[in-house]
Formats: sequence, C-alpha cells, structure tokens
Amino acid sequence: MKSAITSKGNSPDSRLDNRFGHCSYFVIFDNETGSTEYIPNPYKDAEEQAGIMSAKYLAGRNVSKIISGEFGIKVKPVLDSLKIQMIIFNSGENTVDDIINLIKNKITK
Amino acid sequence: MVPPVIKGFKPYGASDAEKKDPVILLFEEYESLKLCDYEMKNHNQASLIMQVSRPTFTRIYAQARIKIAKALTEGRQIVIEGGKVYFDSDWYKCNSCGCYFNHTNKPALVEECPLCGSENVKEVDSDEAGRRIGNKDDICICNKCGYELEHKLGKPCASEICPNCNSRMKRKSANKL
Repeated sequence: MKSAITSKGNSPDSRLDNRFGHCSYFVIFDNETGSTEYIPNPYKDAEEQAGIMSAKYLAGRNVSKIISGEFGIKVKPVLDSLKIQMIIFNSGENTVDDIINLIKNKITK
Repeated sequence: MVPPVIKGFKPYGASDAEKKDPVILLFEEYESLKLCDYEMKNHNQASLIMQVSRPTFTRIYAQARIKIAKALTEGRQIVIEGGKVYFDSDWYKCNSCGCYFNHTNKPALVEECPLCGSENVKEVDSDEAGRRIGNKDDICICNKCGYELEHKLGKPCASEICPNCNSRMKRKSANKL
C-alpha cells in the first residue's frame, strides 16, 4: 500500500508541506517494499486546480492515502471518488522521516 | 478546513467575567480571521477559499473583529461555535498522534489510526464540532438533580445555573432522547 506525503524538500529531514496541491514535493512511501520516492510536484505553480491535478497524478501512481496539512475544498470530492484517504496532520514541526517512522511502527506493532 | 483547536477563551483577572454573556464567535468568523491575519491572505484570496463573495467575506471578517474587540474591551469570554457551516461526515481524529482522517473503505469499521496505528480514535461528530448549530428542541439539563430547562439559542448551557442545586447545566440533545 502506498502513502503520499506532501513535503517541502527532497530529503527525509524536510518538513511536511501544509498545502496539498501546491506542495514542493510528493514523497511516496510503499510500506510493502519499504521504498521511498521523491517526486517534484508538477503542479506546484499551477494557477488553478493544482489540487485536482495532483490528486489525479497521485491516483495514477496507485497511492491509497495522502498525508498533508490541509486539503482544499475542491479536492475532497475528487479524492472521494478515487477512494483515496485523506489524513490531515498538522502538528507543524514534523519531518517526512517522522511520518514514515509512524507508518513503519504501525506495521511492526 | 480544520476545526479550531479550542472551543473558546476565558479572560483572567476579572472576577465577574463568567457572569457576563460570552461573545459568540461563529466558525466562519474564526475562519476569516485565521485566513486574513494568521495566514496573511488578502480578502480576495480568502473569499475564494471560503467560497463566498468578496464583499460577503469582508462582512464576516468585520464581524469577527467587532466581536473580538468587544470581548477584549468588556472582559467577556469568547465561545467559538455554530454559524453557517457544513460539516463533512465521516471524519475521525486520532487522539494519539493528533491527525484527522476520513473514511473511504465504507463497510469496514474504523478501528485504528491510518498513520500511527493507535486504537485511540474518535469520530469527529457534530456533537464535538458543530455542537450548537441550533436545534431549538434541545434542553439544558442539570447533571446533579436532573432538572431540565428549555434551551435558549445562542446561550451556552454552561452559563445556566440550576435553580435547585446551583450547579452548572449541560446540554441534552433532543436527537439523543
């Protein structure tokens, strides 16, 4: 199962990006293989519909949950129809590594 | 949009603050203030996010400031609640890591947090977030003696005092009878 995390940079110690559609990087973590992939968000500077385009883009990569700080109002119906789970994690200081560790610990528990 | 992390503010240093009627800051007013003065968006950007027209946004925002100024000046409590908001159903909160998540896999029950795996998860129901959107059939009830009083809209039950035993009243929803 793949999870996407919105990130401000392309390293494990980058912070979670609070915006979904306009985030700098998507980090895709596959909990079956344990691999992580850093993808620059192609819609970062899109004027409109960045959230919807990003949602479709991630759906194309078989992501089943997305962890971000906030989701725009237009994204929710799109993600619902794609059956992608939204997780709002907004405690500010968390890095990509912290979140991946949370998911990893969940599996080993 | 994430619900506010608190339900309100209490002043300190004024002994009579609890006796005064609190100022009720509606959710949309809270949101307008957050967008404008915390996230530093301009009125136009903020109105798009809240999906209202720009003049409407400015009106909501002006109301928010008037209410907060009133609370600060008169030493009143601020209660954040109600308003014309639409609550999405099926949102859950993990009490362990603090994340919010929705539920996509419908027939299955939500048993654990998708992030940290904690089982300490709770549905963000209307009781928690949209508590008093105004069911006029609701009643205030005294936890001690069970005395019931018709609920007045806009007046928190906690500010009603039970005439029998002088303790604070609580809300009893008409839907849960």
